Amino acid sequence: MLSIYLLVFAIFLGFELISKVPSVLHTPLMSGANAISGIVLVGSIFFLRSADSSDIVALVIGSIAMIMAVINIVGGFAVTNRMLSMFKKKPKS
Amino acid sequence: MSVFFQFAYLLGAVAFILGLRGLSDPKTARKGNMTAAFGMGLAIVTSLLYPLDNSPDNYIWIIGALLIGAAIGWWSSAKVEMTSMPQLVSIFNGLGGGSAMLLAFVEFMNLLQSGSTHKSLSLLTILFTLFVGAVSFSGSILAYLKLDGKVKDKHVTLPQHQIINMVFMVVCIAVLVYAFMNPSIMSLSIATVVCVIYGISFVAPIGGADMPVVISLLNSVTGISAATAGFLYNNQIMILGGILVGASGTILTVLMCKAMNRSLVNVIVGGFTATGAAAAAGGATDQGDVQPTQPIDVAILLNYASKVIMVPGYGMAVAQAQKYAKELDNILSKKDVEVYYGIHPVAGRMPGHMNVLLAEVDISYDKLLDLDDCNSQLNDTDIVLVVGANDVVNPSALDDPSSSIYGMPVLEVWNAKQVIVFKRSMKPGYAGIQNPLFFKDNTKMLFGDASKTLKGIVDEIKTLD
Repeated sequence: MLSIYLLVFAIFLGFELISKVPSVLHTPLMSGANAISGIVLVGSIFFLRSADSSDIVALVIGSIAMIMAVINIVGGFAVTNRMLSMFKKKPKS
Repeated sequence: MSVFFQFAYLLGAVAFILGLRGLSDPKTARKGNMTAAFGMGLAIVTSLLYPLDNSPDNYIWIIGALLIGAAIGWWSSAKVEMTSMPQLVSIFNGLGGGSAMLLAFVEFMNLLQSGSTHKSLSLLTILFTLFVGAVSFSGSILAYLKLDGKVKDKHVTLPQHQIINMVFMVVCIAVLVYAFMNPSIMSLSIATVVCVIYGISFVAPIGGADMPVVISLLNSVTGISAATAGFLYNNQIMILGGILVGASGTILTVLMCKAMNRSLVNVIVGGFTATGAAAAAGGATDQGDVQPTQPIDVAILLNYASKVIMVPGYGMAVAQAQKYAKELDNILSKKDVEVYYGIHPVAGRMPGHMNVLLAEVDISYDKLLDLDDCNSQLNDTDIVLVVGANDVVNPSALDDPSSSIYGMPVLEVWNAKQVIVFKRSMKPGYAGIQNPLFFKDNTKMLFGDASKTLKGIVDEIKTLD
């Protein structure tokens, strides 16, 4: 039940956080949020950790799931950082 | 002991929230991204070390998968051209959804083995995660293929596609309900395949300028799949992280729709391509002739101008012409010509796409005008250079109710004294519709690769001193 509370509050929080964003940041924000959705990785870690070591099918599928999530996370944060680094130099006019 | 780990998760969750807040302000965006990445790192380490009873751990597999994934992710993000950024984000997003889908699949197998499948809440959660993850996975892959030009809208859009999608949705639910009532590897495999096909069918009729909206929508869908997977593991940071993305992605999607003056339903139902094809067929005739021009002539015009606005589009990104835009900007600024950039909210393939490209070549932020600012300044502008933009400067959006982009706010560049359109050929833009702007009296067409033509202008204008 506590998890349901968490879910509902997180929805409101998500709405509040993003209500005013300049359009210049839409792409980095989308890409950064995208990286956060790779949190599903935590699930694959728990799956692999508790999977039977002799069950190769489960281990392989679990590892593929994990690789996909890691690409999502590392690539997502890295590409966001790359985009944002271009905004670094501020105009001095 | 486990309290310590729970606390580490909480810290990670706070980092996500602070990170997202940071990302929504230009001053703190970079720090925000770092903060979110830190939270993710913390969540990963915590999950690796979290005490589990009698677990085999399989660390070799885990470390192997972590290294492979990190290497691929790092490599592809470092290598990608800024132009193909939208495709890459779309692929990353699909992988996240695919991961949730696979997890749902293997957890289902676990549930089967333990024999406690029948109509449990876990089974329901697994099937929902499977559905959402699969749609995000295949939908994002198709979005990638479309953005990359590997798949054209007309190849995947069927007549009456909206009805097909509705039928598909019902079939999806039916198959999932069947898998819920009769859980077996067979029923789950069928459900997975149907959900994957539904994801493709869902994205198929959406195209043109609506692509960014779809990516944002799929992004939020991936977040939801991560959150429901979190319920499977009763893991709070998965629930919070996933839902934050789901909610913020939804808001972002709505913001984008507003920028195009369309509703989300309208985008999803996908009237865009259907009517777009008809308009292109009808609009191609009776427009008169265009007036071609040469770099030297444009250079002379610019030399005597006092205010110039550049309108960049996807074509500029493809031609990598932004560096010459900057060079031209420098020369003109020295001659006391005012130079601005009109940025349409959906120019390029992603919102903010143009801002990223212009920032890449150090064009200062205060020269970028948004839609309303730009339109109010166009009346006293001498020359507008439309560099690789098309649909966002199409007058049909204002005066042709039969046009598929009718109602979308556009940059009214034709109000300026002179418009120069940089274009490779007379081919229609991404939306596949004809642009009456090209045939207006005050419009001249400069054909060729925008990089070459802009460079040509730069070279010519240097000789004019």
